[in-house]
Amino acid sequence: MFRRLPDPRARAVHFTFDGEALTANSGDSVAAALLGAGIEHSRTTPKSGTARAPYCMMGVCFECLIEIDGVANRQGCLVEVRDGMAVRRQQGAPGLPEDLADEGGQ
Amino acid sequence: MAGSSDVIVVGGGLVGSAVAYGLAREGATVTILDEGDVAFRASRGNFGLVWVQGKGDGMPDYASWTRRSKDLYQGFADGMLEHNGRDIELKQEGGLELCLGEDAYRENEDEIRRMHNQPGVGENDRRMIDADEVRKIMPLVGPEVTGASFSPHDGHVNPLYLLHSLHAAARQLGVRYVSGAKTLSIARDGDGFRAETEAGEFRAGKLVIAAGIANKWLAPMVGLDIPVNPNRGHILITERMQPVMPMLLVNARQTADGTINFGNSHEDAGYDTSINPAKLGEIARNVVRYFPILKNVRVVRTWSALRVMAPDGFPIYRESETAPGAFSISCHSGVTLAAAHALDLAPTILNGGFNDRFAAFSPERFNVSPAA
Ligand SMILES: Cc1cc2nc3c(=O)[nH]c(=O)nc-3n(C[C@H](O)[C@H](O)[C@H](O)COP(=O)(O)OP(=O)(O)OC[C@H]3O[C@@H](n4cnc5c(N)ncnc54)[C@H](O)[C@@H]3O)c2cc1C
Ligand code: FES
Repeated sequence: MFRRLPDPRARAVHFTFDGEALTANSGDSVAAALLGAGIEHSRTTPKSGTARAPYCMMGVCFECLIEIDGVANRQGCLVEVRDGMAVRRQQGAPGLPEDLADEGGQ
Repeated sequence: MAGSSDVIVVGGGLVGSAVAYGLAREGATVTILDEGDVAFRASRGNFGLVWVQGKGDGMPDYASWTRRSKDLYQGFADGMLEHNGRDIELKQEGGLELCLGEDAYRENEDEIRRMHNQPGVGENDRRMIDADEVRKIMPLVGPEVTGASFSPHDGHVNPLYLLHSLHAAARQLGVRYVSGAKTLSIARDGDGFRAETEAGEFRAGKLVIAAGIANKWLAPMVGLDIPVNPNRGHILITERMQPVMPMLLVNARQTADGTINFGNSHEDAGYDTSINPAKLGEIARNVVRYFPILKNVRVVRTWSALRVMAPDGFPIYRESETAPGAFSISCHSGVTLAAAHALDLAPTILNGGFNDRFAAFSPERFNVSPAA
């Protein structure tokens, strides 16, 4: 869907999306990296379960929510993609990260 | 001349809309005159609780009025649906006021005891539960929690859906809603009343002032002294999560969408609705003591809004004695009381006997000199 403009200064960044190895340009946000790699949906909504992709690319719409390195609900358009990042599609509303759930109930 | 109706309601927040909807249900023709987006509007910035426990400590009539509204709520919600209203996400499954430390536990216990002795309130089935019982209901509460008071009557709604639903149902019943109609003056006009607004002049047989804190300066035009003042509260909204709060708290609730809303702050900040970052920090640090799992959860939105506060915190309802047919209605808990305002207070406006029925809520209570 998207075609990159040539960027002579860019360097390749390697990350994974749901375990699949992908390549982005240095300086890409996670959202741009996914769109550039042809990923058409990056989450499903908590209410209706329909598919969503990054939209405003500037931090206001929250359509780009995604799991990055085990932390859910991050705004993909506001996080720069890094080598070795593990990005996962987010399905509905996330539960509590396990280390948080462990803290309660003492 | 922008038309006339049986009743003008000045203010289209939760109080004015609930009254207008209730009047229209009784067959009255109603015009709502509402200021625009620049107005102070508690109805668009509140917490959404339909809260019963602790309400009316010191005024039994308020305790029973709150209970009445709570009892009417499901029918009220269903009634709006029949008139093109929307689902307001009403849940009335009980609520907790968690206590941090022994003193807080004792304070809640004392409040229950005091309210137990008030006449006419109905069964007081609010009770204290100990820390173990709290953890059975809410496993994730913090170690400082010593117990809680529990009431089976507490509940919540989506307050924006409630406002939207009231407007939609009122419209379907023929209520005319005029926005940008900041009312500048109100006067007697023959048998009825005339309101001059930024959207022109309107006439009606009766007039209800339900303009939130603006009642303070509007009501004197019909001979009523309504001493309400702004009281600022902040609310914080987290990211969406799976259900992690099995029960409603007075200071935190998880919405149907999965966000957790929290904040229960009271500040005297005049008419200033800006955000006080120090207050946000205080609220956040405090809520984590109740519910430590919120420590690493992201807050995605926050705002402040002004409560409509009487000196004693209770509602003020009154028909003018010098200009009968003009009413002033204001209260702090406009979400909780919406059902009673629509289904009980509004019909009383039409049927007469208002000041007898609502004698306890008269502003005259503020004029009584303290007993020696
Ligand atoms: C932070 C916070 C949390 C709250 N939480 C709860 C809760 O959990 N449960 C609960 O029951 N209550 C809660 N409340 C209280 C509740 O929101 C209010 O009691 C209720 O919204 C009051 O409604 P209102 O219509 O009287 O006033 P407002 O919502 O302030 O509306 C006043 C309306 O009058 C209009 N107006 C003003 N001046 C004029 C004029 N001159 N001419 C024409 N129109 C005018 C405005 O446009 C506005 O629409 C909370 C309030 C706050 C601030
Ligand atoms: S794409 Fe809109 S907030 Fe990220």
